[in-house]
Amino acid sequence: MDSSATDGARLPPPRAGSRLCVRCGERKAALKRPKTLEQNSLFKAGERVAIGASGGKDSTVLAYVLSELNRQHNYGLDLFLLSVDEGITGYRDDSLETVKRNEIQYGLPLKIVSYKDLYGWTMDDIVKAIGLKNNCTFCGVFRRQALDRGAALLKADKIVTGHNADDIAETVLLNILRGDIARLSRCTFITTGEDGPIPRCKPFKYTYEKEIVMYAYFKKLDYFSTECIYSPNAYRGFAREFIKDLERMRPRAILDIIKSGENFRISTTTRMPEQGTCERCGYISSQKLCKACVLLDGLNRGLPKLGIGSTKAGARADSDGKQRTKRSERNTSSLQGKHGNFDF
Amino acid sequence: MAACGGAGAGCGPQCSSSSSAGGQEDALAESMGRLSTASAAAACGKCDGGGAAVAVAGGVGMCAGCFRTHLFGKFKLSVTSNAMVRPTDAVLLAFSGGPASRVALQFIHEMQSKAIQSWEASNSQALPVFSLGVVFVDERSVLSASLPGHEIQAAIEDIRSVVSGLSPGDKRVHIAPLEEVFSSGSDDKAARLKEVVGVISDETGRDDFVRRLRMLSLQKVALENGYTKIMLGTCASGIACHVLSATVKGQGYALPADVQYVDTRWEVPVVLPLHDCLAQELNLLCEIDSLKTQQLLDRPCSGINGLVSSFVSRLREENSSREHTILRTAQKLKPFSFNKFSANGYHDFLPSRLRPKFQNIDANECTFSEILCLICGSPFSESELLNLENTKLKAQKKIDLYTAHCCQSCHFQILPAATDMYGHFFSLLPKFWTEKVDAASASHSSLRDQIADYLLDEDDGN
Repeated sequence: MDSSATDGARLPPPRAGSRLCVRCGERKAALKRPKTLEQNSLFKAGERVAIGASGGKDSTVLAYVLSELNRQHNYGLDLFLLSVDEGITGYRDDSLETVKRNEIQYGLPLKIVSYKDLYGWTMDDIVKAIGLKNNCTFCGVFRRQALDRGAALLKADKIVTGHNADDIAETVLLNILRGDIARLSRCTFITTGEDGPIPRCKPFKYTYEKEIVMYAYFKKLDYFSTECIYSPNAYRGFAREFIKDLERMRPRAILDIIKSGENFRISTTTRMPEQGTCERCGYISSQKLCKACVLLDGLNRGLPKLGIGSTKAGARADSDGKQRTKRSERNTSSLQGKHGNFDF
Repeated sequence: MAACGGAGAGCGPQCSSSSSAGGQEDALAESMGRLSTASAAAACGKCDGGGAAVAVAGGVGMCAGCFRTHLFGKFKLSVTSNAMVRPTDAVLLAFSGGPASRVALQFIHEMQSKAIQSWEASNSQALPVFSLGVVFVDERSVLSASLPGHEIQAAIEDIRSVVSGLSPGDKRVHIAPLEEVFSSGSDDKAARLKEVVGVISDETGRDDFVRRLRMLSLQKVALENGYTKIMLGTCASGIACHVLSATVKGQGYALPADVQYVDTRWEVPVVLPLHDCLAQELNLLCEIDSLKTQQLLDRPCSGINGLVSSFVSRLREENSSREHTILRTAQKLKPFSFNKFSANGYHDFLPSRLRPKFQNIDANECTFSEILCLICGSPFSESELLNLENTKLKAQKKIDLYTAHCCQSCHFQILPAATDMYGHFFSLLPKFWTEKVDAASASHSSLRDQIADYLLDEDDGN
């Protein structure tokens, strides 16, 4: 059943349901967001909210929608754009230009934090050192911490990211495939890190990637649509391909995966890692050193496998005094010793 | 519950016998390549016999003998540590003809043979030996491709000859047409089966519905012939596929119910002794031991189940231990109370170290409190329970109650799309499915009548 008889353009159904004209599609997509925000009590008036902005479709739509809703419904939020420059030539430098335009288009202040400044390494340097396997592990760990550091600089109360339903469904599957029960128990939460300094939330948790693409396209939003040049080898690609095939067969399966993730009966006797802080940089960590410090150590000492896979490998290398790097002059992290309270 | 052994199990291509591929050596070599990186010249790392390794299991290259012992060890450990088979049990093995159920048949037969030898050698002969029967569910009436009658008959005779070749111990063979799950009042059961399957428009829904009917068929044979346990050939690969299928269908809450060693939801409890064995290992063993398999009557899985099976195959090519990892994840989910046997009747035969595994529940009491889906038997999640409670208060018609007793997944993929078809669909189902709901509803109404005088009217403002 069509919602509108007036407009000839028909959109394909992103999930099991009716076909919508462009106007109804926009209206339906726009209406959903206040419902998600309000039902999940994502924000409070007066909060400083850092929007993780990569220049891609998800974060661009997120920034647009949040700023519009903030204006239309008087949420009273103080919104900022927060970008991370991983130092990927031909990809991130271009997408950052998009974010700089978003800054002007949406009137939101922008802060950029870079891997080079934080860690002394760019992703280009990291890939040169370790190749194309496991590079996404480095980037993901570093980016997560970089966002928190940047949000701390902005004195933000909350971080929002553009993770959509497809992303969350992929993450549920990946955690099953990897046996990571701790992450499986957390990955469907719309808000995480509430017991930490800066919680982060995902307002697009129930929004399909297709819906975001359509919204950005029909609203003619300015976004950067190229994939990361290092991503083709990512393991997540397995899950992504499967999800796409699944969506073609049964569109609602993406939400069903999320529902499964929310309802898993995780046994209370399952040992979960205890949350503490990193001894070196003070970042949240379940081990003595946070993952970022371990990975950085490995890079700086010429041991790129350190922190990848079993922690026993890391311990063995740690005790080997002969494993010194030629790159010791590289910054051993401006994070060291200074960040018990997120200060640089 | 996913049934392995080839027939719509979700194990996909890797479960099929490779008897069609080249000679024995080529088939073995292909299996070696699939299972491990051990070279043909590597010696067995387990025994001193110096035989060539044919497979790697647990990181160790093994000769044929040690590999067989390794797999049998896993089977026996599952049976003994979960007390799956008591000496007084009559075990019904579900045999699809595929490699997994063929290996299950072989191994349980060997356990029975050893038990018979011990019994014969024993002076007192106090402990009996469990009996064993075999059932094959004939699904030809729902196979998409029609097969010539003589080929089907030949396949069934093959199955009989496989079983009759196993001695000592007589093993009765039951051939159960799937349509027999319908009551004796139905004139043309095959037509009724086709009609009810035809009403289901979703391909995955049809697949899952037929699996459920298969389990009902096994239960029926077991009850009518006095069996006390049903043994399935479901293996680790099949369970891994089921973990992903259930996740994708929104059945995350109920998932742990189907992936344990024991399932007592049914009148005749179901056990999965091949729980820790991979399909590839079982395929290889069939080749090494020349165990005959029969898969002419196989019904390949389709829809989402087929997609998941292909996905798991790709994952296995990328990393051969991925299925075990998926299984380990599922094992960390909390099982249900019906995933344990009740203690009653077991203590006499159990070593003390195993007794804590059992529920301390009188067999006369209801052993679990979960509400189960009318169609698939999945325990209801909180939201489904809430919906059911709300419906019970307001339902005017039985159809509403039946519908509320279906989980959200079955509601979507099995119930007809048009709500006015619900009545027709429920009328086609085996009677005892809806009779349970009728009985529960009558009990609830009777209770309500007894306390009617004390209930406040809805209009009462006090």
